[in-house]
This record gives sequence, C-alpha cells and structure tokens, in this order.
Amino acid sequence: MSIVALPTGGPAVLARGLTKRFGKFTAVDAIDLEVPRGEIFGFLGANGAGKTTAIRMLCGLLKPSAGEACVAGYRVGPESERLKRHIGYMSQRFSLYDDLTVRENVAFFGGVYGLSPRRVDERAAALLPRLDLARDQGRLAGSLPLGYKQRLALGCAMLHKPRVLFLDEPTGGVDPLARRRFWDLIYEQSAAGVTVFVTTHYMDEAEYCGRVSIMAQGRIVALDTPAGLKRGTSRRSMQDVFLAVVGS
Amino acid sequence: MKRVLAIARKELAHILRDRRSLAVALLMPLAMVLLYGAAIDMELRLLHVGLLDEDCSEASRELVRALTSSGFAVVSERLENRAAVEPGLRQGRFLAALIIPTGFARQLERGERAPLQILVDGSDAATAAIASHYLDAVVALENARQGAASAAGPVPRPRVWFNPQLRSPDFVVPGLVALILMMVCALLTSIAITRERENGTLEQILTTPVTPIQMVLGKVLPYVALGALDAAIILLTGKLAFGVPMAGSWWVLAAYCLLFIMIALGVGLLISARASSLRVAMIAAILATMLPSMILSGFVFPLASMPVPLRLLCQLMPATHFLVIIRSILLKGQSWFPLQTLALALMGFVLITAAVRSFRLDLE
Repeated sequence: MSIVALPTGGPAVLARGLTKRFGKFTAVDAIDLEVPRGEIFGFLGANGAGKTTAIRMLCGLLKPSAGEACVAGYRVGPESERLKRHIGYMSQRFSLYDDLTVRENVAFFGGVYGLSPRRVDERAAALLPRLDLARDQGRLAGSLPLGYKQRLALGCAMLHKPRVLFLDEPTGGVDPLARRRFWDLIYEQSAAGVTVFVTTHYMDEAEYCGRVSIMAQGRIVALDTPAGLKRGTSRRSMQDVFLAVVGS
Repeated sequence: MKRVLAIARKELAHILRDRRSLAVALLMPLAMVLLYGAAIDMELRLLHVGLLDEDCSEASRELVRALTSSGFAVVSERLENRAAVEPGLRQGRFLAALIIPTGFARQLERGERAPLQILVDGSDAATAAIASHYLDAVVALENARQGAASAAGPVPRPRVWFNPQLRSPDFVVPGLVALILMMVCALLTSIAITRERENGTLEQILTTPVTPIQMVLGKVLPYVALGALDAAIILLTGKLAFGVPMAGSWWVLAAYCLLFIMIALGVGLLISARASSLRVAMIAAILATMLPSMILSGFVFPLASMPVPLRLLCQLMPATHFLVIIRSILLKGQSWFPLQTLALALMGFVLITAAVRSFRLDLE
C-alpha cells in the first residue's frame, strides 16, 4: 500500500501500518491513523504503550521500521526536511533553555525556523500577550512557574504557524486551572485550522478532544469520539472507558 | 545562514550568561601563562657556589673571578675546611661546591693540568646538570687560558641559535597556546552539545528544519571566537610579561591557530556525539585533549628523548605538529610548513568528517 502525497485538501496526518521496532521489542505495531485538518486528536495510553514513539516517528525524529506516514501533505522520511517546516512539536520535557530569557527562547526558535528577526518580533508581539507572558519577556525561562513554561514551550512550537501541532503530554504536573488555560489555547489553534495531535494522561482532557485513540502494547485498541467510545463500551466516563479497553 | 546565526547567537547568550565559566575560559589562559612563565621556570638563573680555596694563590683567585664574572654564579659562602662542604650542600645553602686544593698554582706553572674538585647537589637532576656543565666549562676555559692549553686540548664552545639564552618562556608560551586552544575548544563544545542532548533541547531542535551542518556550524562559531581570544591573550601576555619574541608573521600564526582550532572542535564534536552523559563527555574531553597535548606533544617532555613507539604515537597528536609550527613562527620567523600543514589538514578533515557523520539528526 502506498500513500499519495496531497499538499492541499488531504488529511493532516495519515499513517498506514506504521511500525517501530527496537531490537526485538516492538514499540509501535502497525498502526493506522487518519486525522482531518483542524481536528483535536487525542492519543491515550498507559506509560510505555508507544504514544511517544509514534509521535516521534510522525515528527521525523525516528525512522519507521515499516509502514508509511504522511503529515501536512509530506511523506515522513523522503520529505522530512519540508515536513519539518510545517509542524510544531512540544515534548513532555518542554525543551526550553532555562538560562535564556523568555524573549531569547522565542527569538531562537523563530530563528531556527528561518523567520527574520523582524518577523519574530511581530509574531512575539501578537503571541506573548495571548500566552500571558508579555510581562515576563526578560525573565529567565528557568525561573517561570511550570504552567508558564508549558505555555512558553507551546508558543515556541507555533511561532512559525505550523499546520500540525504535536503535543506530547503538554500539561503534566500543573493544576486544573493552568490546564484549562492551556486547552483554551489549543482550541484557539484548532479553530484557526491547525490540527492538534495531543497525548495525555488526564481523562478530563480526553473529553476535550474531537476523537480519541487508545493505545496498548503498541497497537491502537480503540478509536472514536469520546461519546462514541462511551456508548460502545457502555461506560459513563472516559476513565471507565480507558480501564475497560486497556484492561481487557 | 539565518539558522546558523540564530544558533550561534543563542550559544553566545549561553556563554555570556554563565559568567563563572566565561571567567574560567578567559582567566585560565592568563593564569597559566603567568604560572608557567614565571613560577615553573625550568632554567637556572643564579647558581650559588660554596668555595673552599686551600691554595689561596693568584691563580686560584683568577679562577674564582672567571667563575663569577658572568653574573650567573655567585660565591655565596667561603668554606673553612672540607668538613663544611657536605652540611652546606645538605642544607641547600649552595647548589655546588668548588674545592681548589693546595698546589693548584704550582701545578699550573709547571704546565700540568691542575686538579679541582666540583661537588654538585644532584637531588634536582636538571639543575645539577646545568650547574656542572657550567662549572666544567669555566674550569676548562680557565685551564686553557692559564697555560695548560696543551693538556686541555681544544675546548668546544657551543652556541645556541633562535633562543640564545635558552629562556623557557619562549619555549613554554607556544606550548600553552596549543594546550589552551585544545582544552577550550574541545571541552566547551563537547559540553555544549552533550548538555542539549541531556536537557532534551536537541530533540526539540531536531523537529525543526535545521540541517546537521547548520547545527554544527552555529554551535561551534562562538567557540572559534573564544578560542581565538584565548590564543591572543596567551601570546600577548607572553610578549608583554616575558618578552617572548615574534619573529614571524601574525597572519601566518593566526591562520595556523584557526586550523588547529578546527581540529580541536572536531575532537569536541566527536566526543559529544559518542558520550552518553555530560560527565562522560567532560572526562573524555579532558583525557583526549589535556594529556596528549601536554605529555605526547613535546610540550613538557622532548620528543627526542622518547622511545620509538611513543615517538610514533606523538606523531598522531595534532598538538605535536602545531607545536613545531608555532615555535618556528615565533622563534625562527618561518612561515611555510608543508609537512606539518599536510598532517594537520589531514587530521582535521578526518575528525570533522567523522564528527558531522556521527552527529545525526534523528534520535537513533
């Protein structure tokens, strides 16, 4: 099976039989995915289920052992260089430079995406107030509270206006209020046509997603809207759905 | 190019923000030149001699005058008898003792070779060798002058070129340039890249459209500048504080320093590509740069005095060739080194190619 690249109109993320093996261990086992543009796609699963490995393959950080994928209209692998211009990635370690200021972090990530300093200034001026970071531009990133760091990392990942945002457990370890604010930003992006691919441990966050896939042992064991999943398993909460699907 | 500059600017911000490391990178070369240049001076400037003149003749006084006229040796003590010689050497009041026995003048008059006794404190071998050579030479000259020419035969008078006073700063400062360039460039770059890997920021950068070449260039550019600054600090301090000469061209020197910096960066990149953690990278960088540059380069131990296998090993060290070049530029004014240039260019090419190849832009 081969995938035809469709720069316009096609799905934002398309995967067919995507597989990653580390030696004898299969981390991701032939997953199929199709995520339309503008969707918020939730990626659930226990620790070690293969979520992060799958995301890393879609971002071009890891080479698939088998299968194919297409992101933002570009094929993963042969077109990785062009693909990288159109995606934003935020890892669970939200990799900022702690010894640089908020402004310097923004300038650096803008620069590596090839934005001119003037363009970076324009975008930062528009973006930082929305992230509630306008007043902290001169602060060292390392001294920010966790919730602010997460918003800064998100800001750095979308400075270049990517078509697809990959967020790997973006809201770990902060209070519900900070998480709510983060999700407001995700909704904003989705409304603007950006596809958001997000992994999470929080079941309330799963409810916010358009569709949710649940991974276990490298496979996708369930994929539907939150309402559809609850109906299909006759469970009342996503928590119960998750336990029913992963436990079985 | 925009991306390279963005990375270089960020790296510079790291360096400038970390004041303590910056101070170390700039003050360490200064401190090392001053220390090596002055304190760990390998030459002997003033030789203290204990004198026991049993002859007390015109000829013996003539000999002592000849001994002290150069200003290199001073008679720090006149001894009464032979029993006083040993305690004086033992307590370090003088480094050498000269005993002129009774009958010295008489034997000279008869045209015989007059016997003298010279005792040297051998506990510091290098100093002892210098002292005994000096005393031997003075005595031989004096013998020849005072009429025992036939017995003494021709006396060799060695002349040293390029560093006529055999001053050690002239020799040590170029060596320090090699050592500091290696340490700063290799150690700091390997730390800088390994830290990105440990903090997870490398993973973040790998999701951006940056290519390996851009990443490596942007990363090392600030350290090239820092290395050049360090080299300038060492050479200027050597010139101003110790009068180290500059017989050759500054441009030639700068070009070779740049070539050597490239090699050092290659070493640093290669280490960071292989090291599993920051700690490993630091230890590997120190082992791979400091020890070979000091011990296996002819900086501290002369190559000529090494056994053959070790000498071959030294030829594989970039610092060995760089030392030959920089010493020749400073002291002899030479400016073209086909053999060493070829060796360094080859090493640089191999190291940098290996480094860029191993610096892959995915996580595997």
